[in-house]
Amino acid sequence: MAMLEVRDLRTSFFTPSGEVKAVNGISFDLEEGKVLGIVGESGSGKSVTAYSILQILTHPGRIVGGSIKFRGEELVGCAPETIRKIRGNKISIIFQDPMTSLNPVYTIGNQLMEAIILHTGRNKEQARARAAEMLTLVGINEPEKRLTQYPYELSGGMRQRVMIAMALACEPDILIADEPTTALDVTIQAQILELMQDLQKKLGMAIIMITHDLGVIASMCDEVIVMYAGSVCERGTADAIFYRPKHEYTKGLLRSIPNIDNDEHERLIPISGTPIDLLNMPKGCAFAPRCERAMKVCLTQKAKEVRVGCDHLSACWMNVMEGQKQGKIITDENGEIKAIDLEGTLDRAWEGGEAR
Amino acid sequence: MSENKTLVEVKNLKQYFPITTGFMKTTMLKAVDDVSFSIKKGETLGLVGESGCGKTTVGRTLLHLYKPTAGEVIFDGKPVCRETMKEYRRRAQMVFQDPYSSLNPRLTVGDIVAEPIDVHKLCKGRKERDERVRELLSTVGISSEQATRYAHEFSGGQRQRIGIARALASNPEFIVCDEPVSALDVSIQAQVVNMLEDLQNKLGLSYLFIAHDLSVVKHISNRIAVMYLGHIVEMADANELHRHPVHPYTISLLSAVPIPDPNRARESQRIVLEGDVPSPMRMPSGCSFRTRCSRATAKCAECRPELREVAPGHVAACHNL
Repeated sequence: MAMLEVRDLRTSFFTPSGEVKAVNGISFDLEEGKVLGIVGESGSGKSVTAYSILQILTHPGRIVGGSIKFRGEELVGCAPETIRKIRGNKISIIFQDPMTSLNPVYTIGNQLMEAIILHTGRNKEQARARAAEMLTLVGINEPEKRLTQYPYELSGGMRQRVMIAMALACEPDILIADEPTTALDVTIQAQILELMQDLQKKLGMAIIMITHDLGVIASMCDEVIVMYAGSVCERGTADAIFYRPKHEYTKGLLRSIPNIDNDEHERLIPISGTPIDLLNMPKGCAFAPRCERAMKVCLTQKAKEVRVGCDHLSACWMNVMEGQKQGKIITDENGEIKAIDLEGTLDRAWEGGEAR
Repeated sequence: MSENKTLVEVKNLKQYFPITTGFMKTTMLKAVDDVSFSIKKGETLGLVGESGCGKTTVGRTLLHLYKPTAGEVIFDGKPVCRETMKEYRRRAQMVFQDPYSSLNPRLTVGDIVAEPIDVHKLCKGRKERDERVRELLSTVGISSEQATRYAHEFSGGQRQRIGIARALASNPEFIVCDEPVSALDVSIQAQVVNMLEDLQNKLGLSYLFIAHDLSVVKHISNRIAVMYLGHIVEMADANELHRHPVHPYTISLLSAVPIPDPNRARESQRIVLEGDVPSPMRMPSGCSFRTRCSRATAKCAECRPELREVAPGHVAACHNL
């Protein structure tokens, strides 16, 4: 059993102009000690997914369905006390903007100690020692002095380190990093990513890395989820997503980024059209209006998520088409598609009854 | 590059801002300190650096949106001064970073695009003006029916297109693009980058392309200049700079760019710079990069290295080359 199991999670925002389905039925597992990347454009629902797991959605947002299980315990609809014990303790989060996510009127020490005292029952002195220890761990020198400083006295990179120290102070099992480096410069981004990798090795927690930067995903993650308009397009190991993408959106995304190592000037291949309006979602596949290879069925019916390789799932009608062409569709007794063997890797895996 | 004529030349440009640091006390913040470069006709010069290094200030001072503290801008052979200013303003334009705050929310898109036409009196009569606006909007891929809408009705990518249409309205030869794609989603970035390239080929434009995303800059630029704390530390042909960077800052900057390829990312060794960019208010003596440089020596603290040629067309400012 995976440490975190998310099944068919639905979160909506009830705005005056209608219901916005920010997260529209997503499922994934997070194993102990793994780094899972969630990538997507703005408005694809990646942050809302994170907020839903921790239940820190603001009004008018609400989880409307699905299940989130942490170590077998259901979090959707649980008592506020239950989630309060998990939030900041077992699962913690780093926000995107280190400038605004620290409270400007409290010292760094005060903010760090709050979570430690609340969750571990240490007294003030012990908590202070622990806070200083955490600052050292994230590479901040003179921790004792920093504890008495206010956020405005620190640089952006330093503040993000403080956020990480705060998130890790209670030794969480899962660290959610919501665009942790987007507001930072490349050289500072490299520092923070390096730090997160080091800490992950040292402390062994699992990380959910939310970002729109495919470069960050490639350098950090074991597994990747590609989101578009609140749904999962494709998920699988980093290698599968980067080297054998199956969903048209993932393919388009990978094509549209310039390759820094290419000396020949090649024209970029953009994804045409404009980002989706979540208030007017199309009936079929959300990506269909921008997809070059959209077919009739794409406009009327959402594609189901289907296994296309070992540890690789995709929700795209093109996969079904290709599978039919190659005669490699594996169906169950009711004729429902169970898997599409596009890579020729499933035959073996399937012999044991169920693919891994 | 059919012509090899220099269009824009910047000589020893300086831009200092007075900052009040106490009662009756001001300090000079040297945002841009002694920057020189030139851009040929039809060429794109990329300008990269971290936030606060002065790259935006270079762009703005170059267009005389700020009055330069010292230095000279020579456009098409003539120095920019009061007499030539009006002409310069028409021939040099700017695309701003934030497509949300750079368009007037109270004007229709048509009026936004027509503003440079009105200011420079480029069209005779209403009909010609409307015709030109329609033409400009269709150039950037926005249908002419949308000319009566307001900026908030458009997405970020479309707004950036409107900003580009506005910049094109006065038939410029030179456009400063200040982070034109960094506020956009990846899938939209490529659309705007391609459009800028198409316009360059069609209209023979020269660009100063300011950005912090090295892979985009490398893609669009012919030459790249790297800035650190108000100085240009290295400048070379785009491919040359990427293949043979010599300045320690450029080397670490390039190695810090995350590569969207898991295997390569696993193999590559990131050179992680220690510490933060020093405050431009308290600039280190000598070489401004020495506080974060692994190769810094005593000499680096004494005097600032000058740009020197390390290969044809490749200049760098470092004592240890």
